[in-house]
Order: sequence, then structure tokens, then C-alpha cells
Amino acid sequence: MLEVKNLTKIYEGGVLALDDVSFNIEAGEFLAVIGLSGSGKSTLLRCINRLVEPTSGQVLWSGTDITSANQSELRLIRRKIGMVFQHFNLVTRSPVITNVLAGRLGYVNPAMSLFNRFPQHDIDAALSQLERVGITDQAYKRADELSGGQQQRVGIARAMVQEPEIILADEPVASLDPVLAHTIMQYLEKINQEEGVTVLCSLHFLDLVHRYADRAIALNEGKLMFDGSPKDIDDEKFKEIYGKEAERVG
Amino acid sequence: MNKKPSFKRSLVIGFTVVIAILVLAYGFQVTQVNFEETRSETRLTQLSRIIRALAHPDILEYELDEVFVEAPVYLPCPEIDPSLPETDTRGPYITLEPYCADAGEPIVVSGSNFLPNSRGPINFIPPSGASLQLGGFEVDSDGNFKEEVELPNRQPVADAQTIRVIGRTNVGAPHLSPVAKATWNKIIETVFLALLATVFGTMIAIPLSFLSARNLMSDVKSPVTSVALTLTGWPIGVALGLQAVRLVAQISEPLAANMFLTVAGLVISPVLAYFIARWAIPPEELTKPPTATRIIRIIALILAALLFILATLLLAHLMYVAGNALDKALGPFGFIGYFIAQAGEILRIITPGFAALAGAAVVGGALGNLGMVLTDRIPYSSLRYMNIIFSAVAGAIIFAVIGAGINWLYQINDPIKILWIPMVVGALVGGVLSLRYGPKDLVPIGSVIYMIMRTILNAVRSIEPLIYVIVFVVWVGIGPFAGALALALHTIAALAKLYSEQVESISSGPLEAVTATGANRLQTIIYAVVPQIIPPYISFTMYRWDINVRMSTIIGFAGGGGIGFLLQQNIRLLDYRAAAVQMLAIAIVVATMDYTSALIRERFV
Repeated sequence: MLEVKNLTKIYEGGVLALDDVSFNIEAGEFLAVIGLSGSGKSTLLRCINRLVEPTSGQVLWSGTDITSANQSELRLIRRKIGMVFQHFNLVTRSPVITNVLAGRLGYVNPAMSLFNRFPQHDIDAALSQLERVGITDQAYKRADELSGGQQQRVGIARAMVQEPEIILADEPVASLDPVLAHTIMQYLEKINQEEGVTVLCSLHFLDLVHRYADRAIALNEGKLMFDGSPKDIDDEKFKEIYGKEAERVG
Repeated sequence: MNKKPSFKRSLVIGFTVVIAILVLAYGFQVTQVNFEETRSETRLTQLSRIIRALAHPDILEYELDEVFVEAPVYLPCPEIDPSLPETDTRGPYITLEPYCADAGEPIVVSGSNFLPNSRGPINFIPPSGASLQLGGFEVDSDGNFKEEVELPNRQPVADAQTIRVIGRTNVGAPHLSPVAKATWNKIIETVFLALLATVFGTMIAIPLSFLSARNLMSDVKSPVTSVALTLTGWPIGVALGLQAVRLVAQISEPLAANMFLTVAGLVISPVLAYFIARWAIPPEELTKPPTATRIIRIIALILAALLFILATLLLAHLMYVAGNALDKALGPFGFIGYFIAQAGEILRIITPGFAALAGAAVVGGALGNLGMVLTDRIPYSSLRYMNIIFSAVAGAIIFAVIGAGINWLYQINDPIKILWIPMVVGALVGGVLSLRYGPKDLVPIGSVIYMIMRTILNAVRSIEPLIYVIVFVVWVGIGPFAGALALALHTIAALAKLYSEQVESISSGPLEAVTATGANRLQTIIYAVVPQIIPPYISFTMYRWDINVRMSTIIGFAGGGGIGFLLQQNIRLLDYRAAAVQMLAIAIVVATMDYTSALIRERFV
């Protein structure tokens, strides 16, 4: 469903973040992106929904070219792509429910949303997404009153209320402790398996990759180093992805 | 870095120090520094007089009971002893010891039977009748006093002259002096002047601050044709907006003449506008509607906009009429009626402005979208020609508008110079500029707007409100309204800059997250930017009110109303005791403002 073709991103100042990356994602897949910090994982995810403008290459979304979409087409594409962030990226001063409803902004009428007016069924949808991640009772609290794990659940609810076909998760558990990390990953797994939402998730820890991902791709300095089943990452591959000095943990 | 002291380094440092001292020395000459003057005897006396007057602000005063007592005095002593009248000792009286003396010699004035604790001046009255104060006295608890005074240096006169003492006693309770009452009125005026300036300024500064925030504007990019068409659309939209208001105003006039029709129109038109808008703007749309529906919707929305303008104009008229009626009927609360009438007036003034802005936004936006569609649809090879043509048209229109502005300023009135030449130059400029970009390149129009906004804000901010007030006094007359407008203008520029810097410093995470949901730019601002900037905005607004109160205390110097006018007048009249009252009032208000604003900021931030 998503085809990434020869994607290259050179930032202003000449940093080569992505170097001719190509891969496919099948519908319903749980695909992990691994690699060191700075290897281009975040840039890759952001090039897919064009939060970062790619320098060259194409991203094809069920046949439509995201990279050449104009602003209004892009909005329609983005609302079908949910995104979850390492630092949650909630509006901390707003209530939780408003943060979740922000996921409906691509659907609702712009004029009404400017006055914080949402259709009742959107509010219901937001509440049921909060229920799914188990924090309905926190709906009207300010987002910064929540703990880190709860904030990431709000982030997932926000992505899910978009009714997405794919979720891009940018190191969703990197700022959480190991126990919480598994909880959050299980939510993503559940969404993937029960709702059939494709998940593209960048991860640090290989054990998480082994446990949750169907397939993994690996980046090193912007280059695609590996594309296959997580089981096939042996010690040799590992050193190729993470560098000669690296040692396996976990 | 080489830290070793070298000869060259020391030489540079020494040279810099010499230059610095020379600059400072020149500064002494330019600012006419003169410390000799500070030790001058007469200046010091004057200074202490003023400072003492300032220390005695003229706030409270008493009803005074005055008693005048006179005694003859000879200056110099006559050759034959004069026959002095008998002193009447039944009431208050004074005796002089001696009764005559030469100029500049001391005499002793003793008084008795005065009211205890009364006080007053000892005056010398020459034949001309002009009074000259020699000193003062204070009566002890027994009703007596004894003061030594020096006779003045006057031409010798043979006849008797007069020493007159005036005994003054405070009667009854103290009450506010007229100066204090006037100061109270003016300080209230000052505070409200600052309040209005801050409110007006803030309302306009907030939208401007988004346009002058780099992080929001740098992403705004459009294809060449889209930018050119938007620029073309603005003047057209302004003209359409103004025309629409003119049209609606003609319709509303007969309605406004009849009170019943006014009210009826005021009720019906917004309701109608609301329902039309609700129908034309569905709450949620999953697929693109067919073109016919969209055209009907656009027509409906234009109708709704016209109805809305009608409602606004009728409301303005009704507020004006009702306000003026209330002003007379409400007595002491007439200010509410006055406010309503003036608010109606404001509404009437800003309606064409808003309509013009809305027209510009709608037409500009629609043409901009058309430009994007064209850029997508037109084959690549002919794209460049289209870009050149539309850019040339946009350039011609902009330069024609600039030409009209220049004509208004300089009254050239020659269509060749102010219309045709600018249009040709503009078309050339537009065409050449469009060549700088490739056919499908995006123009960073947001950054251009950012630069223009920043330049305007900096220019407006760099001129002091005291200078603006001179312009506004010409426009709206001397008084606090001119001051409020001048302060508001400066507030807009200063706050827009401060606000925009706050917008630039927000965390970009939420912005990214909301953009990723498919929200448009305005939605992103409302949902990701606004919640983050509310606390600093409140803080800066309070701070600005603080500044405006301080500024409004001197804005009166230039005719802008407020307490400054009184202060300046009293300083010119050398009435330092009155000036002291005003200074005290300013100090109290500024200190109170400082305290309350700190309190409010703590509460909200």
C-alpha cells in the first residue's frame, strides 16, 4: 500500500539524512525501522507525510504520489496517516479531550473548529478512543497533569481518532520506562491486529523489534542496510547496522 | 586561542582605551557637562526651594481665619520724632522695637493677643501698596510672638510706612484642595486612557504577531502563479468589499429611518445569515462535493455575508440612536449610553474596513487556489509563460496602487506619470521577478510577508507616542482621545513584536503533531500555537498597560490629555506645590499598577 522509491533528503547545510531509500509496506503489516540515533529514522517517517519535504524520490500511497500532492490533497492524505511521537507532542496546556479531538481537524469544517466546536459523534469517537487506552477518567484534565505513559496513550488516541490507514510511530517508547514501553507497544500491536491498521514504527531496542514487528528495515547514515524478518538480524548484520564497536544489549 | 600577552595585543588594548576616553570626552562637550554650575549659591537656593515645595504637595487645605494687624515703621529714622499713634491693646496688636531703622537693619516685631498657634507672614508695605514679605511668625500658646526681621533695601521715604502681619488660623476640618480635585480627575483620565490604548492595541497586535513570527511564516510557500494571482486578488477584493458595504448601506438606509424596521431587520438578517451559513458549511465532509453544489454554496455564502453586513450596519445605527437616548435618560450613568453610542460609531467605521479585508482574503485566497490548480494542470512547457504573464499583471496592479498613493501625497494628477508608467514598470518588475524561479518552484511568500511586517513594525515602534500624539491632535482634537490613539498605535507595534517573539519560541512538537493530522494553517495556529502563547501574551499585555500608564502621564505634554497637561502647566507657572501633587499621584498609580500587574501575572502564568 505504501511504496517508497529512491527517497533522498538533503537538509539545508548539506547533511545527507536519507540516501536513495526504497522499500514497500504491505497493508496490515507491522514494520519496524531500526538504526542509530541520527541514522535518518525520524526523517524517513516525516518524509512520508511530508512534515519534512523530501529532496527527491517518491512516496506512493495506494498509487497516489504523496510527494507531488498540493496543499489541499496533502491534507486529505495526512488525515489518513496517524502519527505518534517520541516526546508525545501534546499541547500540554489544553485538556486531554481537545488534544484527541485535534485528530479530527482534517475532517471537520475549518470554520467551526476555530471556535472549538466539534460534532457530537467526533466527541464520542474521541472518548471511545480514550476508553480503548484506559484513560477516560482523565479526559478533562490538562494534558501536562498526566504521567509520561498516559500522555503517550493520549498520543495514540489522537492518532486513532483520525481513523488512519497507517500509523507512523517515531520512537514511541524511547522516553518511557521498559514496563510502560511494553504497554504502549501492546496498544500498537492491538491496533495493528484488531483494526488492521498498518504500523510503521521506529525503535531502538532489538528485543522490542523481535517481539512486535513482522518485518524490519535498518538505516545507517541514511542508507537502507537491511530489509527482512527481524529473525534474520544475526551478529554480522547487527555490526553492519550499528557499527563495528557496537555490542548487543537486550 | 593564543592567550600569551604580546606587544601587538597590548598596543591594541591601549589604543582602544584611548579611543574610548576620547569619545567620552567629546560627549562631555556635546552634552555641556558643567559641574561648576551645581555649586553655584543662587542655583542651590532655588533648588532647595523647589525641592521643599515638592515636599509640601498642595493636597489638603483648611478654611482660614485671618487677622490683619499693622504698625507704622520709618525707614530711615526721621529727624523729628513722629507722633506714634496709641497702640490699641484690646485686640491683637504688634509693637516694633525700634520703630525706625536704616535699610537692611534688623528690627524686632512682637505681637500679643493673637489666637494661639496661628501663624502667618510679616510684610512690609511701602507707599506703593505692594506687599513685600520680610519673614514669618508663629504664635505661642499664650498668644504672643517675637520675631526679628531685616528692613528691606528701599529708597528712603520721609513718611511712615507700614509693617503688616497676617495671623492665620485653620478653621474646621481639612478638605481637598482644588489642585487635588483636578489631579484626581486627571489621574482617572490617565488610567483609562492607558486602558483603552492597551485594549485597542492588543486586539490589533495579536493577529499581526502571527504574521510576523518567523516559524509560522517561513513554511508558507506558493507557486509563482498562485502568488501573482493572490496579489492581483487583494486590490480587487478590497474594492468588492467596499462596494458591498456601499450597496448594503443603501439598502439599510430606508430600514434605518424606521425604528420598527431597524429592529426587525436586525433580528431577521443575522438569523437568516446564520442558517444560510450553517447550510453552506457542513460540519464534516468526507468526499469532495460536485461542482454545482459548491457554486451554489459560494453564492449562498456571499448572500450570508451581505446579510451579515446589513445586520452590522443596522446594529451600529441602533446602538448609536439608543446610546444617545440612554445618555440623556440615565443621568449619572449616562456614560453607559455614551459608550454604546460610540461603540456603534466604531462599528460603523470598521465595517467597511473589515469588509475590505474579508473581500481581499476571499478573492485573494480563491485566486491563489486557482493559481495552484493552474500550476498543476497546465503543461510544464507553457508554465513559464503563464508565470510571466500573471506576475506582470500582478506587478502592474500593485504599482498602479502605489502610484495612486503617491498621487494622493503629491497631487501630480497626471495619468501618464501616476498610472501608465508605474503599470509598465510594475509589469516589467513582476515579469523579471518571476523568471528568478523555475516553473514549478515555490515562492517563499511567507518570509517576504514576515520581512515586510517586521520592517513596518520596527519603523512604527521607533517613533515615540509623544510624536504620534501631535498627528492625532490634528485629527481628533486636543484631549485624551488623541493620546489614546497615539498610545494604541505604538502599543500595536511594540506588542506585535513582543508577541511574535513568543510565537517564535514555542515548542514545535505540538505544531508538528497537529499539522500531521491534516489540519490547515489556521487550525494549526488555533490548536497548537494559541494554547502555548496565552500566558506570555497575558504577561506582556499587563506589562504594556503598565508602560502605557507611565507614557500617558506625559502624553499630555503634547496635548494628549491625561495628567501630563496639568503637570506641565504647573511647572510652567512655577507652582511646584501643585506639581508635587501630580507627581505624587503618578508615583502612586505607577506603583499600584506595578503591584497589581505582578499579582495578575502570578495568577495566570
